[in-house]
Amino acid sequence: MDGGEGLDLTRAFQDLLRVRLTEETLASRYKEQEMRTPTHFGTGQEAVAVGVCQALAPADAVYSHHRSHNHYLARGGSVYRLAAEIYGREDGCSRGRGGSVHLTARDSGFIISSAILGQTVATAVGSALAFAMDGTDAVAVSFFGDATLEEGVFYESLNFAALHHLPVLLVCENNLYSTESPADVRQPPGSSLCGRVRSFGVTADQVDGNDVAAVFKAAAAARLRARAGGGPVFLECMTYRWREHVGPAFDHESGRTYRSKAELDLWLERCPVRRAAAHLVRTGQAGVDDVNTMADTTATHVAAEIERARAAPWPSPDSLFDHVWRATAGNVA
Amino acid sequence: MSRILTYAEAISEATVQAMERDPNIFITGIAVDYPSGIFGTTTAAYQRFGSARVFDAPAMENALTGIAIGAAASGKRPLIVHPRNDFMFLAFDNLINLAAKWSYMYGGQAGSVPIVVRAVIGKGWGQGATHSQSLQAPLAHFPGLTVAMPATPRDAKGLLLAALQADGPVVLLEHRALYNVSGPVPSEPEPTPLGRAAVLRPGRDITIVTTSLMTIEAEQACKDLARLGVEAELVDLRSIRPLDSETILASVRKTGRLLVADTSWELCGVTSEVAALAAEQAFGFLKAPVRRIALADCPAPVSQVLEASFYPRASTLVRAALSLLGKADQVETTDRPDDFKGPY
Ligand SMILES: Cc1ncc(C[n+]2csc(CCOP(=O)(O)OP(=O)(O)O)c2C)c(N)n1
Repeated sequence: MDGGEGLDLTRAFQDLLRVRLTEETLASRYKEQEMRTPTHFGTGQEAVAVGVCQALAPADAVYSHHRSHNHYLARGGSVYRLAAEIYGREDGCSRGRGGSVHLTARDSGFIISSAILGQTVATAVGSALAFAMDGTDAVAVSFFGDATLEEGVFYESLNFAALHHLPVLLVCENNLYSTESPADVRQPPGSSLCGRVRSFGVTADQVDGNDVAAVFKAAAAARLRARAGGGPVFLECMTYRWREHVGPAFDHESGRTYRSKAELDLWLERCPVRRAAAHLVRTGQAGVDDVNTMADTTATHVAAEIERARAAPWPSPDSLFDHVWRATAGNVA
Repeated sequence: MSRILTYAEAISEATVQAMERDPNIFITGIAVDYPSGIFGTTTAAYQRFGSARVFDAPAMENALTGIAIGAAASGKRPLIVHPRNDFMFLAFDNLINLAAKWSYMYGGQAGSVPIVVRAVIGKGWGQGATHSQSLQAPLAHFPGLTVAMPATPRDAKGLLLAALQADGPVVLLEHRALYNVSGPVPSEPEPTPLGRAAVLRPGRDITIVTTSLMTIEAEQACKDLARLGVEAELVDLRSIRPLDSETILASVRKTGRLLVADTSWELCGVTSEVAALAAEQAFGFLKAPVRRIALADCPAPVSQVLEASFYPRASTLVRAALSLLGKADQVETTDRPDDFKGPY
């Protein structure tokens, strides 16, 4: 594991635990059919979200896509409000209107996640434009998957961001698959994502996305560079999604064959949470007992928050039309 | 000969039969070659014709549509499938600015672009605001595009066959909640004419004009109404453009009452169009105001309790019909169970 200078590894580890245990608890609860909304779990990819978010300042703006829980939580979003959203409750971060793919926690600097591929690449570039116009120090971050580099909007946004040297971090979580399609049916052999991005004159680096310290180090450097007027930076974080594309099961449990159990097992060995724990212990920053205590404390907290969300009140049907329009002086209601 | 097939099986059968007949047909789009192939509708075609004619596409809705147009201009007959019709918004430029106008804009001199687009409307189980819209009204707004919405397994087969033989671009909007509905389907490749509505049930008291899933809801509503002595005539539009005004008007002139139900919103929607048609051309026959049934006027919410009040159902139609007939709505209605389960 990389040194990740400047990273508070204990804090990062606690965040990794929080993200992992929330996702795993939600996934087990999801099978009860009470959470009635398509949900993309991010188990296995936690180090990307945590590594990048640890490198950010409070004023930075984070955007995410359909696999959004990791980013929401790593940026400081509440377990309770996330769970309540997925349960469709009034206390959900989007009041039960948005579901798993439409999260927001503006107070924590998590602007939104959105389900249509590529949308939040453009919006992050827009936030970066605003920051540049205002001369602030903030940067914008967009998290997305590798399939977003198939959409035209990605290249249009990249071109604009490069043209205007905008402070935006484009963080690709390359988990090798788009739904059930492996990269080789979607991208020509020999073509690399970083190579494409570099052809726009944009800095692009590949990092081990299961190594929280390596991700942190790359993100911190990228952030500095973007703030110093260096323009957008693209990070390709190599990682793997453990569970099915949408839903809580493992693919082999559902009889899907687009990737093998052996391949999954290989990635399970590279578990980003276990790796961070081993690193903590190896470097003497924590003992095995400390690690276990942190895991137990987090598990108890997460379970209680999710249970509380499950018992939270439903939205009132009378509120169905709330927030369709913003009331503006002079507008007809 | 007719057998009972599901809507999904009917689409699958139509696809294979059409591809057997016409070697120029190919299918592309996200997930079309998966074992689960768009609710199983493209699986048989993939097994039969292989990856040369049924192949996955990267996430590239706009360019894919342009590519299909180019292929069609060069003799192919592409069938693009969108797992959700909402993803098609990204394709509107090529679909509307080019495909729909191709014939007209070049004075009929640039040949035709017979592309077929199948797109799935989502509903329920928390599909939410961007995975549940029904795009028939915006699509049908543009001259040059044919837009159809099969409601029954028979028409799912027939309309796809017709689309795959049509000269210009055709969009077929299929409702996710229909794939498991079964009904009689002819085994022969019998196209359903584009631009013709179907009178699914004759009646004299009220006309119910419907699209897509609302047709199935209305079939249930008609049964409930029949128990109360009300004979409703059910007209399934099938095609949004061309719109079969003759069938609609003939029915309204007969019954004098019109209830229109669509899977999308009211304002500037299909229900508005049908209501305007009746007001302009059958006004003297109307014994009551036209009544529209559409989605609640907000984006689709995710929460289960809100979803339940968002979507109109058979009972919504029954109540509206009875009020048009000036009858009290103390009636036992039987909404179809919503038995869909996730994760999709
Ligand atoms: C414009 C658009 N087209 C298609 C989809 C359907 N879709 C949702 S997620 C997904 C796969 C995305 O893969 P990737 O970007 O690699 O992210 P991952 O799911 O692997 O995290 C697709 C095709 C969509 N949401 N938006």
